[in-house]
Amino acid sequence: MTKSSCRKERLVTSLIWLCVLLISAVFFWIFGEILWNGGSKLTFDFLTLAPKQAGRGGGIGPILISTLWIVGVAMAVSIPLGVGAAILLSEFKSSENIFILLIRRSLDVLAGVPSIVFGLFGNAFFCKTLGLGFSILSGGLTLACMVLPILIRSTEEGFRSVPEDYHLSAAALGLSRISTLWNLLLPAAVPGLIVGIVLGVGRAMAETAALIFTSGYVDRMPTSFLDSGRSLSIHIFDLSMNVSGGDPNAYRSAFVLMLILVLINALASFTANYFFKRRIITV
Amino acid sequence: MILLKNNTLFLWPSDRILVWVLRFCAVIAAMIVFLILLFLLNESIPVLKHVGMSRFFFDSTWSPTEGLYNLLPMLWGTLFAMVGSVLIATPLGIISALFCHFYAPKPIAHIYRQIIQLLAGIPSVVYGFWGLVVLIPLIGQIQPPGPSLLAGILILTIMILPTLALSADASLANVPSSYLKGSAALGLSRWATIRGVVLPAAKSGLFTGVILEIGRAIGETMAILMVCGNVVQTPKNIFEPMRTLTANIALEMAYALGDHRSALFVSGLILMLVITGLVICAEILSRKIIYD
Repeated sequence: MTKSSCRKERLVTSLIWLCVLLISAVFFWIFGEILWNGGSKLTFDFLTLAPKQAGRGGGIGPILISTLWIVGVAMAVSIPLGVGAAILLSEFKSSENIFILLIRRSLDVLAGVPSIVFGLFGNAFFCKTLGLGFSILSGGLTLACMVLPILIRSTEEGFRSVPEDYHLSAAALGLSRISTLWNLLLPAAVPGLIVGIVLGVGRAMAETAALIFTSGYVDRMPTSFLDSGRSLSIHIFDLSMNVSGGDPNAYRSAFVLMLILVLINALASFTANYFFKRRIITV
Repeated sequence: MILLKNNTLFLWPSDRILVWVLRFCAVIAAMIVFLILLFLLNESIPVLKHVGMSRFFFDSTWSPTEGLYNLLPMLWGTLFAMVGSVLIATPLGIISALFCHFYAPKPIAHIYRQIIQLLAGIPSVVYGFWGLVVLIPLIGQIQPPGPSLLAGILILTIMILPTLALSADASLANVPSSYLKGSAALGLSRWATIRGVVLPAAKSGLFTGVILEIGRAIGETMAILMVCGNVVQTPKNIFEPMRTLTANIALEMAYALGDHRSALFVSGLILMLVITGLVICAEILSRKIIYD
């Protein structure tokens, strides 16, 4: 190696390390800011009390419940639909069938649609056309549309990891399709399914733009699925943008939201590992 | 394929139902995109009919209550924020991925990947909030007012960087190891290997990732709404406040009625069409094998 190229090599290496340090620094800055200002002043009361004075005081009790309901509706609708679609898709190789190809392409586009457009659609379809109004149900259904592509993609990966032999053997044994699915495919696909569900829940919890005009702003405790409910992310948005002096509680809410997301992630990798060890099929 | 094929062992009526249930699920999932397009079109047709497409670009200003519908300032805002953030995030994202594969010792690469994954999972409101309480005061000290195009670009950069880094990471992992061994056998230095072998081989994957990031940058709403100041104007420099197309929808949808509401759906339709175009581009690119 010549001297100049050696110097160049060293220059590039230090540049790359510099960039990586910069990115890590920004990461620690964001996490530190939220942890320091939100985590240090978090009390248990904050999680259970109702918000007072537009959220400046009190807690986030009803908001946590609304968030839970919204995400619950979204997952209850999208999981059965997504798993069904994923099974169908995993049984075909792509470009084998025009019908399947069309479904795949439209799911690809769906995955790229901006969340605000989902909000517009949810407002026009669920709130206006179906007459659900600003409600937890409208918000949940809008989110269900949004998480569907993510859910389908990772569930499909799970089903694809089952070797072809198992299909053939099951058919040779004359097993019914339902029992093939239930006893052979589904257990093998559980890790993929769980990863999909977690990604979906994470995306749904984090979503704001799609919910502003579908689930609404009301911060009371919801009593039915047709009540308007404010999600945690909307609460953070509202406190920081529209409520002066709302920053301390916005920090705490942001901390709670990130804590929930990290916990869900940890739980997911744990369960995925558990099922991975228990499965009968070695891939 | 076996699961759905007709065969002579078709003994169970429940099986036939199963197949139809699966088809039903898939069709519903696929219909959502068309429903979205349908509803966007349906809601925007009134204003397109009696105002016309051209006025969205040639009216004097955006003042929908007075019947003026110029979307251009917002389009420029979206474009500037997107171009700025993609220009910064793309090299950084690729460098992150290169770092994980070629520069970092294994444990550090592992930790760094975890950090990137955590960053990718942070909700956009939290990024926006951080921008609001940290970034804007900082920019305000350099050049008031704080909320500006620059704040938007920086927040968007931080937001799209992790996903870009993850997708670049995946496409670098796809480079065949024989290429690397070949270049090592030729005695190429690390940087020469990366520039001459790895990057060209991973080109299509990297491009696909960048295109999908462009889509995300265009579609991002909350974070950019919180840091950009939301003044309807074409920003003349990076310290001026501005408003993006997505922020415009989020801000005005709450009270918009009649033609105003329709006009917001028109901007939603524009976003939807741009994103569809980008997804198709990404699809075409990802299928192309450039280095063979």
